[in-house]
Amino acid sequence: MVPTPLALAGCEERLSAVHPAGPAADLIATLWWTMLAGAAAIFLLVVVLLVLAFRRGEGPSDAGADRQREMVWVKGFGLGFTMTVLAALTAWGLWIGERLLPRPGPDVVAVEAEGRQWSWRFSYPDAPGRTTENTLHIPAQRPIDVRITSTDVIHSFWVPRLAGKLDAIPGHVNVLRVEAWEPGEYAGVSGEFSGTGYRTHGFTVIAHDAAGWDAFLTGEMP
Amino acid sequence: MTEKRRMTALRLHKALYSIWRNDPGWKGVFTTVNNNTIGNMFILGATGMFLAGGILAMLIRAQLASPQSAFMGPEIYNQVFTMHGTIMMFLFAIPFFEALTIFLLPGMLGTRDLAFPRLSAYGFWCYMIGSTIMIIALVAGVAPDGGWFMYPPLSSSAFSPGINADIWLLGISFIEISAISAAVEVVVTVLRYRAVGMSLDKLPIFAWYMLVVAVMILTAFPPMILGSLILELERAFDMPFFQAENGGDSLLWQHLFWLFGHPEVYIIFLPAAGVVSTVLPVMARTTLLGYGWVVAAAISLAVLSFGLWVHHMFATGIPHMGLAFFSAVSTLVAVPTGVQIFIWIGTLWKGRPELHLPMLWILGFFVTFVMGGLTGVMVAMVPFDWQAHDSYFIVAHLHYVLIGGYVFPMIAGIYYWLPVLTGRKRFFRMGETAFWLVMVGFHGTFLLLHWVGLLGMRRRIDTFEAGSGWELINLLASISGFVLAIGFGLVILDIAVNAFVAVRGRRNPWNAGTLEWGTPIPGPAYNFASIPVVNSRYPLHDHPDLPVQIARGEGFLGEPVRNRRETLAVSVSRGEPEFIAVFPQNSIVPFVMAVVTSIMFMAPTFKWWWLSGISAVGVTALALVWAWSGGSREDEGLLDAGRGVSLPTHNEIPHPPGWWGSLFLLLADSVLFGSLLFGYAFLWTVAPNWPPPRILEPGVLGPVLAVGGAGLASGGIRLADRAIRSDGSAWAGVLVSLAGLVTLMAAAATVFRGTTHNAHAYDATLWVIAGYIIFHATLAGIMTLFLLFRIRAGYLSSRRFGDARVVRLWIDYAVLVAALGLGAAWLPGILAEVPR
Ligand code: HEM
Ligand SMILES: [Cu+2]
Repeated sequence: MVPTPLALAGCEERLSAVHPAGPAADLIATLWWTMLAGAAAIFLLVVVLLVLAFRRGEGPSDAGADRQREMVWVKGFGLGFTMTVLAALTAWGLWIGERLLPRPGPDVVAVEAEGRQWSWRFSYPDAPGRTTENTLHIPAQRPIDVRITSTDVIHSFWVPRLAGKLDAIPGHVNVLRVEAWEPGEYAGVSGEFSGTGYRTHGFTVIAHDAAGWDAFLTGEMP
Repeated sequence: MTEKRRMTALRLHKALYSIWRNDPGWKGVFTTVNNNTIGNMFILGATGMFLAGGILAMLIRAQLASPQSAFMGPEIYNQVFTMHGTIMMFLFAIPFFEALTIFLLPGMLGTRDLAFPRLSAYGFWCYMIGSTIMIIALVAGVAPDGGWFMYPPLSSSAFSPGINADIWLLGISFIEISAISAAVEVVVTVLRYRAVGMSLDKLPIFAWYMLVVAVMILTAFPPMILGSLILELERAFDMPFFQAENGGDSLLWQHLFWLFGHPEVYIIFLPAAGVVSTVLPVMARTTLLGYGWVVAAAISLAVLSFGLWVHHMFATGIPHMGLAFFSAVSTLVAVPTGVQIFIWIGTLWKGRPELHLPMLWILGFFVTFVMGGLTGVMVAMVPFDWQAHDSYFIVAHLHYVLIGGYVFPMIAGIYYWLPVLTGRKRFFRMGETAFWLVMVGFHGTFLLLHWVGLLGMRRRIDTFEAGSGWELINLLASISGFVLAIGFGLVILDIAVNAFVAVRGRRNPWNAGTLEWGTPIPGPAYNFASIPVVNSRYPLHDHPDLPVQIARGEGFLGEPVRNRRETLAVSVSRGEPEFIAVFPQNSIVPFVMAVVTSIMFMAPTFKWWWLSGISAVGVTALALVWAWSGGSREDEGLLDAGRGVSLPTHNEIPHPPGWWGSLFLLLADSVLFGSLLFGYAFLWTVAPNWPPPRILEPGVLGPVLAVGGAGLASGGIRLADRAIRSDGSAWAGVLVSLAGLVTLMAAAATVFRGTTHNAHAYDATLWVIAGYIIFHATLAGIMTLFLLFRIRAGYLSSRRFGDARVVRLWIDYAVLVAALGLGAAWLPGILAEVPR
């Protein structure tokens, strides 16, 4: 099966977290754009308050005026404003975190990823004995649990267009949920510094359509 | 009194100067214990390290200016970015604020020097020597190359066989001596050495911040020092703390490192916030709004910052509930930060801000730091962090907070305090140009790097491919990086020129209210001719003639009749006069001891254990020489402290400064011990390949020795203490205590017999626990022997028993850690024996 050219983003977006190609990366990208807008608004507010400080004259300096100011600046802005914004954001962040969890389901596919200096080996419980080097095969449009570990130093499994990264740690197995909307090829890299070969420590994810995935499992294609 | 009236300010100055001054010439550099001199040298040293780190930053930006750069290969590049981060964090950021604090604090508090002048000198020399070693390693091409947080197993001997990692572990631990000693110094100084009447609620706000920071240093650094120690033990003796096959876990390092590393970020930010809280109100010709709120914000920031280290480990597979908790705390920490920001803005609204150069830098701080804080809240969101982690988004974020939140306020502070530092007023006006260069250069360099991070550019890659879409942004960042560097260069040049050739200025040009502006400028060696009495937060505003009164000797200790270095210590909370502290003379011992300590730390790099051992003996001997030179062989009774008050010297009070210093040193020590027990519990519950194949059986001998030793050690010193206070013979008590300590060592040594140091992480941990106990029992033993000799030489009496109290404190600590440590070591064995 040949990946559909449509699914291939331009070369410049190969590793882009803001050009999502799956539900996890999509949720995170939405989170990012919203936070960016909110941050810009707060930043603007601070700048306006600063500029106004220079344009106003000196205020009264008795103790009563100071109490008044503490109400406004400490309790109003400092506590009230920041806590409201942060509480809302945290709640939303947690909710997204919930949705990214690898929950069990009927059509979840498990694959195994093992990092080493400087390559990745993938294996497939659905096709025992089958391993691939530096290329991970998955079915598109199905949730995948990638079980990640390492045989030497710490690495990190990262396919930015599909999901966030999760570390490969010797002695531990971490599970990351990924899913691709469309069949195609997606670039992956290690996201944890691992010495001199770190830069080229990448891999490719090939998402197959249903037929292609079956063919892969039965060994009809490399 | 009449005698004092006649003494003019000038004569008083001459008398004090001859008592407090440094040795003449070059010798003075190495023997000085004066806070002004050490502060100045320290500032110069830390600035030098900023330049070194900056040169490395330029190499990084040169390498990344274009794709497929062949300027450096990964072997060199990895050293360059590791050393850039290491130098900036450990050799510039922390030392620079310590330097400023050492310089400013006595002036702000209205006292003559810091609590332990020789410790300042020792810390400074450890810093200078350690930094020099790191730079030499860099030039020699054997610099650390595992990134500034040195994650094992990459930094373990299997994957980093050279000496590069050892240099980091040993060198940084050595340099941290200077952080710990400065912290002890600052805590005791702020608590005990202040102007009379300066109760805690009248403390200059900067001193409050530094008190908080110092306590944070004492509680945050120990986990990392422990981590470095056990990683070095793994590298040298194959004790498998971080090797999964043998029950170790590389995540243990991450916990220990970030348990330090996150508070570290606030340790760096809070001094800068202290500068802003001090300088901004003066620039706005008003007073700080909500003083109490600011103090509360600083304290809560400090407390919270210990509860969120895991946000650096969001991608390591922490369970979901844990992530939620640490994510929430990480956002919570933005609340006290927000409170401070809005209080500062409110202060500007309250006053009439003027755009002097320090104010410009503070505005630069506002704009930049707020952006860094906002991206910080973003990465506190776990899902977003999974994308941003280890990408250039993080590089951009951390420079917004470190440069915007730390470097800019520090520059504001230097310009603000320039008259106190140099006695000159700003004459050359490159400063404004430099400011704008830095602003344009900074945002040009780092703003778009956020974006390139989201486009997938990982940090720590040595180059990138053409066609990745990152070329333009990197080119812009590199060009702006050089503009930024030129800007910083110009700032340093401007300050240097103004420091050395500008015209002399007048005292207190900003019309500030705090005491550091009440001395002649630059401050003389003794800082204050007499210790002032204050009754508000801004004493110079209440009493514009206070400087003259101080200079005329109308405060406390205004008559140097005893011809020695004396200053006043006050009660902790209310600032009432309590005793006269007699300070040490100039001394070469701190410098020599720093040299020998450096050999002790660095010799293991080359596995020269014998050299390290000899140096350890040398350090001990020097420490004894150091400690011996204080004290008095006769009772002095109450002495005239001026203004009709009579006080004892520090030799004749139950808890002398040395006791306070020990107390806070032991605070740090106990955090280290606590981290060790945490590591033990962590490995047991989280690491793979547990429980260990063989568990230590406590037996009978060990526990009996432990209980007996603990009783003898703490009982003996109490007997001795009582005997000294009633002028009886203390020998028996001291010897009993000594016997108890030796018994404790024997009890701890039984652990070695039942375990093999490199068999399993369990065994290795027990060895460290036992070693820790033996080390502290030995330390207490040496002090006990020292006490014996002091008693024989007549340094103790029924009025002078402070030495015994210090030793008692250390013995009690040794007993406590022996009980806890051996209990923890034996517990699994005991549980295994209990029939189910
Ligand atoms: C003078 C302007 C500076 C420039 C242009 C600059 C540039 C950079 C760049 C490009 C990196 C990323 C290197 C990589 O990941 O490959 C970096 C890393 C870093 N920088 Fe800076 N930097 C500057 C100043 C500072 C300052 C003042 C501090 C701290 C106070 C600092 C602390 C760090 C740290 C901690 C790292 C991480 C190192 C690591 O990944 O191990 N930098 N810097
Ligand atoms: Cu942090």
